[in-house]
Amino acid sequence: MKPEKALIFEMSRPGRVAYSLPECDVTEIETSSAIPEAMLRRKPAELPEVCEVDVIRHYTELSRRNFGIDNGFYPLGSCTMKYNPKINEDVARFAGFAKIHPYQPEESIQGALELLYTLQNDLAALTGMEQVTLQPAAGAHGEWTGLMLIRAYHESRGETRTKVIVPDTSHGTNPASATVAGFETVTVPSDAEGMVDLEALRAAVGSDTAALMLTNPNTLGLFEKRIVEIAEIVHDAGGLLYYDGANSNAIMGIARPGDMGFDVVHLNLHKTMSTPHGGGGPGAGPVGVKRELVPFLPRPTVIRREDGRYGWDWDRPRSIGRVKAYSGNFGILVRAYAYIRTYGPEGLRRVSELAVLNANYMRSRLSPYFDVPYPGVCKHEFVLSGKRLKEHGVRTLDAAKRLLDFGYHPPTIYFPLNVEECLMIEPTETESKETLDAFIETMIRIVREAETDPQLVLNAPHTTAVKRLDEATAARKPVLNCSCGV
Amino acid sequence: MSEVKENLRYSEEHEWAEAVEGKTVRVGITDHAQCLLGDIVFVETPEVGAGVYAGESMGSIESIKTVSELYSPVTGKVTRVNASLVDRPEQVNRDPYGEGWIVEIEVEGDLEAELGKLMTADRYRQIVD
Amino acid sequence: MSKHRYLPMTEQDEAEMLKTIGVGSVQELFADIPPSIRYSGVLPISGRLDESALLKHLRGLADRNADFERHACFLGAGLYDHHLPVVVNHVISRSEFYTAYTPYQPEISQGELQAIFEFQSYICELTGMKVANASMYDGATALAEAAALASGATKRKRVVVSRAVHPEAREILMTSARGLGLQVVEVGCRDGVTDLARLAEAVDDDTAAVLVQTPNFFGGLEDIRAIEPLVHARQSLLVMSVNPMSLGLLEAPGELGADIAVGDAQPLGIPASLGGPTCGFFAVSEPLMRRIPGRIVGQTTDRDGKRGFVLTLQAREQHIRREKATSNICSNQALMALSASVYLSVMGKAGLIEVARLNVRKSHYAAGRLASVPGVTLPFGAPFFNEFVVKLPAGTDVTALNAKLLQAGFIGGYDLGSAYPELEGHVLLAVTERRTKDEIDGFVRETEACL
Repeated sequence: MKPEKALIFEMSRPGRVAYSLPECDVTEIETSSAIPEAMLRRKPAELPEVCEVDVIRHYTELSRRNFGIDNGFYPLGSCTMKYNPKINEDVARFAGFAKIHPYQPEESIQGALELLYTLQNDLAALTGMEQVTLQPAAGAHGEWTGLMLIRAYHESRGETRTKVIVPDTSHGTNPASATVAGFETVTVPSDAEGMVDLEALRAAVGSDTAALMLTNPNTLGLFEKRIVEIAEIVHDAGGLLYYDGANSNAIMGIARPGDMGFDVVHLNLHKTMSTPHGGGGPGAGPVGVKRELVPFLPRPTVIRREDGRYGWDWDRPRSIGRVKAYSGNFGILVRAYAYIRTYGPEGLRRVSELAVLNANYMRSRLSPYFDVPYPGVCKHEFVLSGKRLKEHGVRTLDAAKRLLDFGYHPPTIYFPLNVEECLMIEPTETESKETLDAFIETMIRIVREAETDPQLVLNAPHTTAVKRLDEATAARKPVLNCSCGV
Repeated sequence: MSEVKENLRYSEEHEWAEAVEGKTVRVGITDHAQCLLGDIVFVETPEVGAGVYAGESMGSIESIKTVSELYSPVTGKVTRVNASLVDRPEQVNRDPYGEGWIVEIEVEGDLEAELGKLMTADRYRQIVD
Repeated sequence: MSKHRYLPMTEQDEAEMLKTIGVGSVQELFADIPPSIRYSGVLPISGRLDESALLKHLRGLADRNADFERHACFLGAGLYDHHLPVVVNHVISRSEFYTAYTPYQPEISQGELQAIFEFQSYICELTGMKVANASMYDGATALAEAAALASGATKRKRVVVSRAVHPEAREILMTSARGLGLQVVEVGCRDGVTDLARLAEAVDDDTAAVLVQTPNFFGGLEDIRAIEPLVHARQSLLVMSVNPMSLGLLEAPGELGADIAVGDAQPLGIPASLGGPTCGFFAVSEPLMRRIPGRIVGQTTDRDGKRGFVLTLQAREQHIRREKATSNICSNQALMALSASVYLSVMGKAGLIEVARLNVRKSHYAAGRLASVPGVTLPFGAPFFNEFVVKLPAGTDVTALNAKLLQAGFIGGYDLGSAYPELEGHVLLAVTERRTKDEIDGFVRETEACL
């Protein structure tokens, strides 16, 4: 068992420094001669006083208490935790990408603009859309951007459409994004097969329908095979189709949202395009649209001028405006571009094929040990129900915690909401058969443990830096910072 | 099996109401409701003096993993809120019919008629069992 | 394509796996996709490059950009060329951090959770606010979220924003206000800072919040001690957007009565990177704690009583509230927040003050030198931190000037005429601790020569 790790503030010793700053080579004016006393800080910020080696040891120790894809298998459903290529990290750090400013003269950032322009076009081709904006910083940010575009589109036609339809299996961000874009959410149930219930959809659409938001494959890992009919129902009512790209890893080069009838798409580059999740960000959530929605895209877009030079296009009078400062998360876009060029079109198709093959293999092998609410072929992920474990007093949460003892990140649990004791598993294409087999054997072992020694599972994890944490007290009596200055 | 207390009245949203004094009723959530919610971490109550309406939201209850609306079982005006829940929301888990009460409401119309619209303990027991 | 370095599948594995599944080919796994919507061609996207060719290609693109290593940068406008301590990149290159997902499994994510807890502590310490979240996309979107929070907390639908707030932040505020049904009222400037008389007129009993930035977009320091009473007299909330580095010297928003303090942590060890990713921070006074958007980490104990950290107050968040959520944010900028934390750990109590003081000294030296150039004036009298406005001689073409400066190895200032028509011929310049006296003198000489 590891001891508690001190906070950096607790390591402070007066007089130690870790910084190196240049000597002042200009007139050494007193601050108070430039800035009135009333505006100056009366009490310095109590930042820790440590040496460089303290900083390095502190954060290295913290990193050892963390688990990333490089540590082991991470089959977190709906999150596409694939290998994060190292070359992407190297190129994003080139000074020519990392140390440039968006307000520099256009001629001084031609390389960056060319990269953005090419990426815009590649993502448009990949999704079957007319044009793409790279501004949104994350998937949820992309959803909101897409919905604001849909709103502008309807308003431009003199229509007031107030409702966004989502299936009951949708991500929580879908209804939340609808709310902050000013829409009401209507939830439609799934049918027995786990697909959108067409009758319920027909009953839900009307002259107030702005859009249907859908992931396809959906969050159960199933392809909505009646998507063409779904699109017809929504379009006939005058609504648009929004594609939540969270699950795009299943269909690259195999089926394009644009061809399925979707009008607006966002992609999560931190999922499909391998950019690292960073422990919760930064990501990027570009949005693609069909031709009719292009005028509303956020300003500025990147264009190629007639003389072959690249530039920003500000002249977009019908634009919804800006959604993010500057030009999006450029550093992430560089990584995504490098990823696309690593594979090319055939390679990306192969990525999706193997993501689906891996998921189906795991589903087949695990099916005897768990309830499978939606049998049959899945796409890049699948759901199991751990309800059988409940006979032994063990819940899905406990099984997930037990996986930690074996060096795995557990699958997504308790989502989607319509599956009891849900486990949602997404292996991705970058995992080998040996890795999948070892994980499968571990899952089977945990099922056996639940039957024979449930306490072992209920008290898991046993080998981690801390055991299960008291979340109730954390929320009842919040301690949200170290109050170091008090 | 969750506890259903005999002399209280119950709403379909799992609130209980108990006549305390004059036209005032005390309101909380049932044992069944606190069980479903799990560890309660925060109770957002209406302010004293606020008007509340039967069947409509007057606040919310947060547990670790969920949040649910707190519906008023009667129409009237809030006269007291249980201030001790600010520091000890867990009282709702521990003693939902006692220290975990949430608000007191002075009923606007006829007290008996308002309470009469709610379920008896027997009816409520049938719903939760 | 057959083999790829990221794809471990062998022919034998594939055959065995297909057999286990009970299908004859991978194609059968896609049989549920209707033929009418299957893509049959080869995607018209950029082609595949081997590792060496890819490095060469991207190096070529990067080399076509004028970067801060080969040019002395005098451009700021919200993104600054500060020194990046080498330690920062080493820490964020630990793949236990950068290849991790959000810390949903606290037992194996204590490193990230503690790092975020420390980030929240740093932000509280700098801003003097009681509660900070785990970070937002950037400073500009954080400001828009602050307006949304204020509207929810006050149940009012009108926000007042100073025109001295970053133009892009105001644009985002406008976009998001449309979604939320908020009315945005802009208040003009006087002498490079918010016009207090007009601000007093603009704030009414329906005003949810007043949004100001200090140092403002022109670099000027707002008189918050005069603004605060105007705001609170109407029970509106005071939202301050601040430059975190300036807080080494400037009074903390919490001490000045701010209800919400936001900003962008880019000056704290984060490369400009054409504008992103950076990291927004968001801090509030205690009464607003349960309304703060985004993720929050809290301290607790494990089953053995050992200190540990968890994501907490999650009932605020979109995955629980769904359509009742007041914000849809579901991530933070964890790795960039980590950069800021490492930066502040490196700088420490003394270093942050010293770097802030260097910024003040260098920028004031530069301003003085430029003011001595015939025809160039400093139009505004407000005190400033590291950024200021110069007015060029009438008829100066700023675009042409910046093109010439670039040839001479300088990245010139921001042309204010593009966002403020009344400030045509005015340039916003930033001078950080990275600029040497020689560079400043050279920049002044070159500017004079180009006029």
